[in-house]
Amino acid sequence: MNIALETRGLCKSFGALTVADDIDFRLESGARHALIGPNGAGKTTFVNMLTGALPPSSGTIVLGGEDITAMRQAKRVKRGLGRTFQINALFRRLPVLDNVALAVAERCGVARRMLRAASAHGDVREESMELLATLGLAEDAGVRILDLPYGKQRLVEIAIALGLKPSVLLLDEPAAGVPSLESHRILQVLDNLPKHIAILIIEHDMDLVFRFAQRITVLVQGEVLVEGPPDEIARDRRVHQVYLGEQHHA
Amino acid sequence: MSAHAGGYSADPRIRWIESLPWIVAVAAFFALPEYLSLGARILIYILYALSLDLIVGYAGIVTLGHSAYFGLGAYVAGILAAKAGIGDPMVQLAAAAAAGALLGIGTGAIILRTKALTLLMLTLAITSVMLEIANKATALTGGADGLSGVIVAPIFGLFRFDIFGKTAYLYCLLALLIGWWLVRKMIYSPFGTSLTGVRENSLRMHAIGAPVYWRLVLVYTLSATIAGVAGGLITQTNQFVGLNVFSFESAGELLVMLILGGVGRIYGAFVGPVVYLIAQDLLAKQFPEYWYFGIGTMLVLVVMFARGGILGILDSILVKLRRRP
Repeated sequence: MNIALETRGLCKSFGALTVADDIDFRLESGARHALIGPNGAGKTTFVNMLTGALPPSSGTIVLGGEDITAMRQAKRVKRGLGRTFQINALFRRLPVLDNVALAVAERCGVARRMLRAASAHGDVREESMELLATLGLAEDAGVRILDLPYGKQRLVEIAIALGLKPSVLLLDEPAAGVPSLESHRILQVLDNLPKHIAILIIEHDMDLVFRFAQRITVLVQGEVLVEGPPDEIARDRRVHQVYLGEQHHA
Repeated sequence: MSAHAGGYSADPRIRWIESLPWIVAVAAFFALPEYLSLGARILIYILYALSLDLIVGYAGIVTLGHSAYFGLGAYVAGILAAKAGIGDPMVQLAAAAAAGALLGIGTGAIILRTKALTLLMLTLAITSVMLEIANKATALTGGADGLSGVIVAPIFGLFRFDIFGKTAYLYCLLALLIGWWLVRKMIYSPFGTSLTGVRENSLRMHAIGAPVYWRLVLVYTLSATIAGVAGGLITQTNQFVGLNVFSFESAGELLVMLILGGVGRIYGAFVGPVVYLIAQDLLAKQFPEYWYFGIGTMLVLVVMFARGGILGILDSILVKLRRRP
């Protein structure tokens, strides 16, 4: 199996505080991988280092066989690394269509053009509309994010990331803040994501994690505690002790 | 005329209401011939405000130093005319634009690496430095006495600048028309939409792979170019340049005009200078010592009760009217 994304000895310290400690991690092409851990385990820091939002203190990040450790965030995106945010990072006063079209236009190299109107770029509009239709958001294309229910805003987060046609997609708590009645819709969307995309999901909703992931990495205090398939993780006593406690009965 | 005009679902065609400013401008030419000098000044300030709106309203770059580019354009046109003997107004304008662009890219590349208060202070610093350079370089600029002897040749060798300000008015109107057309085109383009994206959420723009910094440098340079042209126009119409073109008051006044009209609305840049400069003209005649009081009161009222400026008020009235059964 090809390795889509890999980290070797990835470390991040803020002064004396170490938030990522020698993380070796592999994400295979087309994988459905979850990263779990208690609050403060360093999951979001790890994702921020992968995307280039945060420089690592040491270690290496390899995307599709290429060392991207020193690469700028924008270039990593061009290389196929997409992400969503734990807290919605949307263009709140713009309509849903523009939120997705901005991503599609960046990917196609259209976004820097000045002389033709944005709406005249029919290919960008069509692709964005198709993406919205896939996620069941076509009817909301003209609605501003401000006026959109929270659950749908989480779907727009995913739609924007998909607009970049990533080979690796990092989903930072896609169901965060979504009522349990609506989280099944998120899971449905995640299940239907293109199979060639390698997905790393960070999530606290254990039902979602164990239904979605084929492999799970448990991060505790910035270190990888254990990694394996869901049934193995569910049986692991250390995981029960530090994270799952008595909540999970898989 | 509402905010956020661009986008992938926006219709870029010019609406009938957008012809209104041009109809008013042409009507003013015929109906108010004694006010053509004031009219030309208003047209120049509209162009200047339009350049500011591009960075403040659309790209979200807060600045108090836009007069650096306006002033440089003004001095470059003036020095060419008064010192180098280049009277061709087109050459002067092109040089003013180029100077604005060069200063824009040079300073933008440095200051746009910073944000918020640091950025604001740096913009102020640039204007202050430019003011001091103009003050000290007396051989070129005339220093505190200003630069006089600005001679502008007839436009295309045909249209001489007259004492009634007719040529100047039409010349400024044409420059504004071209500037407006370019700015409008940019706002409706994918580039303009991406600027709105940067203003709305630069974190997300980074995450979708946008070169945010370079895009800001580019729009800052374009805005400085337009401000340079506006500066060139003010020199050509006044045939004099003073240090006040670089002043903090000039930059602040421009921001006040834009806020009055409505930021990020294209046409806020039209309404603001008209209201501000006419109010200034009337108030200065009626209450020479207290006219700033009137302007200040107007600004306080707009900031407190109409965050979208005068156009914002009109927008909300229109929305209410449409909602009526």
